[in-house]
Amino acid sequence: MAHRIEVVQKIPDTRAQVRKRELDANGFSEKVDNVELVDVYTFEADLEEGDLERVIDMLANPVFQEGRINDSFQPKFDYAVEIGFLPGVTDNVGNTVREGVSDLLKRKLNGQTAYSSQLMFLSGSLTREDAQIIGESLANPLIQRIQVRGYDEFAANGGMGVNVPRVRISEKPGAGLVDLLNVSEDELVAIGKQGIVNADGTRRGPLALDLTYMKTIRGYFESQGRNPTDMELESIAQTWSEHCKHTIFADPIDEFTEGLYKQFIKRATKVVRTTKGDRDFCVSVFSDNAGAIDFDENHLITDKVETHNSPSALDPFGGAITGIVGVNRDAIGFGLGSKPVVNRYGFCFADPEDERPLYKGANKTQRMLSPRRIMDGVIAGVNSGGNQSGIPSPQGFIYFDERFKGKPLVFVGTLGLIPRESAGRVSHEKEARPGDYVVMVGGRVGKDGIHGATFSSEAIDSGSPATAVQIGDPITQKKLSDAILKEARDRELYTSITDNGAGGLSCSVPEMAKESGGCYVDLNKVPLKYPGLQPWEIWVSESQERMTLSVPKEKWNELSGLMQRRGVEATVIGEFTDSGKCVVDYDGRKVMDVEMNFLHEGLPKRPIKTTFTRQRHEEPDFSELENLTGTMHSMLRRKNIASFEFISQQYDHEVQGGSVLKPLQGRGRVNGDATIVRPVLGSNKGIVISQGLNPSYSDIDTYNMAAAAIDTAIRNAVAVGANLDRIALLDNFCWCSSTEPERLGQLKRAVQACYDAAVAYGTPFISGKDSMFNDFKGFDENGNPVKISVPPTLLVSSIAVMDDVRKAVSLDAKIPGDFVYVLGENSEELGGSEYFAMMGEQLRGQRFIGNNVPDVRLAENRILYEKFFQALDQELIASSQSIHRGGLGIALAKIAMGGRLGMEVSLGELRDVEMRDDFALYSESQGRLVVTVNPDYASEFESVVKGGSVARIGVIRADDRFIIDGRRGKVVVETSINDMLNSYKSTFRSY
Amino acid sequence: MIKPNVLVLTGYGVNCDEETKFAFERVGAKGELVHVNDLIDGHRKLSDYQILVFPGGFSYGDDTGAGNALANRIRNHLWGEVRNFVESDKLAIGICNGFQVMVNLGLLPAIDGNYGARQVALVHNDSARYIDRWVDLEFENHSVWTNGLGRASFPIAHGEGKLYTAPEVLRVIKEKGLVSARYVNGDICQAELLPANPNGSLEDIAAISDESGRIFGLMPHPERAIEFTQHPHWTLLKEQYRRSGKEVPSEGQGIQIFKNGVNYFS
Repeated sequence: MAHRIEVVQKIPDTRAQVRKRELDANGFSEKVDNVELVDVYTFEADLEEGDLERVIDMLANPVFQEGRINDSFQPKFDYAVEIGFLPGVTDNVGNTVREGVSDLLKRKLNGQTAYSSQLMFLSGSLTREDAQIIGESLANPLIQRIQVRGYDEFAANGGMGVNVPRVRISEKPGAGLVDLLNVSEDELVAIGKQGIVNADGTRRGPLALDLTYMKTIRGYFESQGRNPTDMELESIAQTWSEHCKHTIFADPIDEFTEGLYKQFIKRATKVVRTTKGDRDFCVSVFSDNAGAIDFDENHLITDKVETHNSPSALDPFGGAITGIVGVNRDAIGFGLGSKPVVNRYGFCFADPEDERPLYKGANKTQRMLSPRRIMDGVIAGVNSGGNQSGIPSPQGFIYFDERFKGKPLVFVGTLGLIPRESAGRVSHEKEARPGDYVVMVGGRVGKDGIHGATFSSEAIDSGSPATAVQIGDPITQKKLSDAILKEARDRELYTSITDNGAGGLSCSVPEMAKESGGCYVDLNKVPLKYPGLQPWEIWVSESQERMTLSVPKEKWNELSGLMQRRGVEATVIGEFTDSGKCVVDYDGRKVMDVEMNFLHEGLPKRPIKTTFTRQRHEEPDFSELENLTGTMHSMLRRKNIASFEFISQQYDHEVQGGSVLKPLQGRGRVNGDATIVRPVLGSNKGIVISQGLNPSYSDIDTYNMAAAAIDTAIRNAVAVGANLDRIALLDNFCWCSSTEPERLGQLKRAVQACYDAAVAYGTPFISGKDSMFNDFKGFDENGNPVKISVPPTLLVSSIAVMDDVRKAVSLDAKIPGDFVYVLGENSEELGGSEYFAMMGEQLRGQRFIGNNVPDVRLAENRILYEKFFQALDQELIASSQSIHRGGLGIALAKIAMGGRLGMEVSLGELRDVEMRDDFALYSESQGRLVVTVNPDYASEFESVVKGGSVARIGVIRADDRFIIDGRRGKVVVETSINDMLNSYKSTFRSY
Repeated sequence: MIKPNVLVLTGYGVNCDEETKFAFERVGAKGELVHVNDLIDGHRKLSDYQILVFPGGFSYGDDTGAGNALANRIRNHLWGEVRNFVESDKLAIGICNGFQVMVNLGLLPAIDGNYGARQVALVHNDSARYIDRWVDLEFENHSVWTNGLGRASFPIAHGEGKLYTAPEVLRVIKEKGLVSARYVNGDICQAELLPANPNGSLEDIAAISDESGRIFGLMPHPERAIEFTQHPHWTLLKEQYRRSGKEVPSEGQGIQIFKNGVNYFS
């Protein structure tokens, strides 16, 4: 029978107090007087009275809590709202409780057994509808259930009742064979777009296969003389998805028959490596789950950045946590296993204050989550995933644009550390051998994430599958990761490893089978979370926290024993072969028998034609203000510039003990653009990481957008101490409408910029990932059809090895009297700038774009960055800040605010500048840095950096006055550091 | 000098194990990461070690309360060994999540030597949110572990670090001198304009010990403050040292805790 245990606090619960404040902020301050919270655990197991007493003792700490069994806590309240998970949704707390009870009672408990939920008592003058609205503001209907009861109903029923969200699957028979040989082209299109027809006539959800692909598949099965099974079709769809095969980057495009990736990205890396010769530091590029570069004599550093956009739009918390723990597995799945040592993140959201609803369905149905909900959920998801995994997350950014309202962009990355050798093996190589067992380790398989890979290859619309939502379980993964990286790897217990991510087993097993030449899997052996899954679902499910290993038969006992002792499930599900085929059995019949060659290489090329038109925009026409002090404060408050300390502070950035340059720098705690970590304890060698992203420049020219992203990612790293000669790059393209020639033309230009910049700077790309359909098709607040596409966005992530971290330079001004210099050429380049956006919003309610988008002067910048490194390496620089969003003005402000020291500078000292003071302050010309220098070192510094554009423009003050003199000698900005910090930190203070 | 064997407990989401072991090794101890299951199944024996360390991390994801689930596992399987260990002339330290495990196990404060009774709790921060920042601490000298520390700054990183206990227990803890460190308004707080108490902890308590002073737990992370370059203002301090002609240090203040542990056996 089922039991309900409730745990309540005997002392004020700070979670309830914070919840009350949140409700106040959401307009319930008049209606809700008090909030109380109860943690609820529901058990579906035969537990005796004595057992239950012991379970209570385990769950409730008598110092501050009390527990109740099947007897509801009943304070004075008006409405009770309980939120729990829907059946089948990962319930991490429930799993821990099941394990704990089993351990306590020394009795194995099968199945889910324990479920967690939270009960909230609300008192005040609210209605049932208010209580329902509050519940809905806290729960996500895709993963959670809400139950509301008024006091009387609650009392009459003795509480909320016992709810067991057990999975009950009414088994629909599988489709078996899918007729492709005898159907019309229209039906082929329908199968590709909406999925295979179930027995009841409904369709299963997108395969994302277009007619060209469907015809190729039909051709293959014609040659086999049979129709495919549903599983074969699902499996091919996974493998051929844009998400997995990156067809847009691989297909011939206009004059480039090799495709964008080979022509520009891969070739750039090849050219750079050849040019570097024996200074080449790349070890493994583009071939594994991550890229790898030299770190020191004994180690490599791996790096990978992923996106998890579509899932995060539907379930922000689940999408984001799955994203971060998923990219951790890209490190663990690199070579023989790389230990995650640093996380990065980057979030692009719509304005969190935008409350206009958006709907997936017509007639105002299927309401999307608000930008604020998405933002809060994504931030919390990466918090849980990163913090619980014990991986520092120092490096990140947030960026806002209304066009991220349909789909946010959620970038997550992980750097790993891997020894060059593991038990005498070269650790960045791996090979599954015929005869090795196919072993699945980690979590079990459920319906989670079915069609995730094909779903992210499509726009979100009313047909998007709810089962695409998953929730990560960092602790299951941590146990798995520890067992592999601390023990199994160096005991040679497996020959190859990869992640089960997109496409689940259907992608990981055939991928590894390339190494051996084939595979055989028996799906009946795959451990399931609950019964009732169809074979194709087991095969493509994206249930999290799983890796696939190839284990030599003679090592199986040792591996199995080790995993058992570490509380990690490991199961032999098949064998790697050299049959040239991927063969899968279920219930003794063959459900898949496809040639490896067709599976991996059979997809036809689809030549792409593009067009490109450089956009012309109205040139903003507004006059310059005499006094720019207010403008400075307004700029500091811009969401794209303001402090996001609330995120930096909730993400552990010091775990693993290697933190050197933290996300918040100086006495003013200003967000820096780059961070530094020492991944090897006791060594002063470090890694510098940074990022660059400029979607607003895409409105003018994607070439400039991409070049600026690269220049920014590099310049930010250079500013803190990276040597240009040691920087590597990662690319993440997040595009939209990637079937439209104009969008593809924008893509082509951006990729060309990547080649030009990477080669000019000598910075190779080592890994990348793209997400090509960031579009939303639905209905606006009035129920009118709307399509929202993200601006073409390239995130560039930089990574550099730094020989001695003790030379790192932070952004904060250090000592009064230090000189302030601007390095690099200042031009009037405000097209797509934050300043134009702000002025447009202020003057006409819509941002200005303009036309003079920053050009990146690659050759000049390269010389500057090389000289800059010399100066920094000679320890001549006291502080430095790269100039990017918000221009020189914001860079100066950050240095002064960081040090909580005043500053006085004169724009007249910028000798190359012939522009208005506001333009001089907020132009976003690339290739520039601001530094402060000890006057004693001034002449030495000037002689090291001479030749380029260098201007000494002012001095750090001992007081807290921040003064900028304009070109004509008049003071144009005068304010205090405290006031500036207030503006800078006010925007997200309540977040 | 005797090199104490240090058992650094790991498994189930503990994640500060390697850097904590490193800190002990740096000051001359012999450290070993030991999975809790290896103690349970007898692969390793607690009695072979002189120092028991419960490192920081996220054991069982903080589910059912930080430190609670791991404490339960230890109580279910290892209680006798752990009790023998703390009652003999040996040392134990819990850092952050390890401190949470220790209070849930009743190893701290263990008033009247009553090991095993839960007497204090570490509950959700007042912000109800995880926070990573540096704090200033004023250490008392009652514990083996806190010798010579005085005023020091370490980072914290936790969501449930607010120490709570009943008034009568608090009175006894204070009377017996079991408060080992308090959050104070020192260099970091003044420079960064931060409140001294980061989580609402009762009477600003950051660390406590048992009555013998051998068993000790703290929310801040000394292992994250053993190098000069871990300090949040090291780039500023470096400029100040250089310009006044002083040598730039290499160590951080946190190393003293580990030295104290090792010196106990010398």
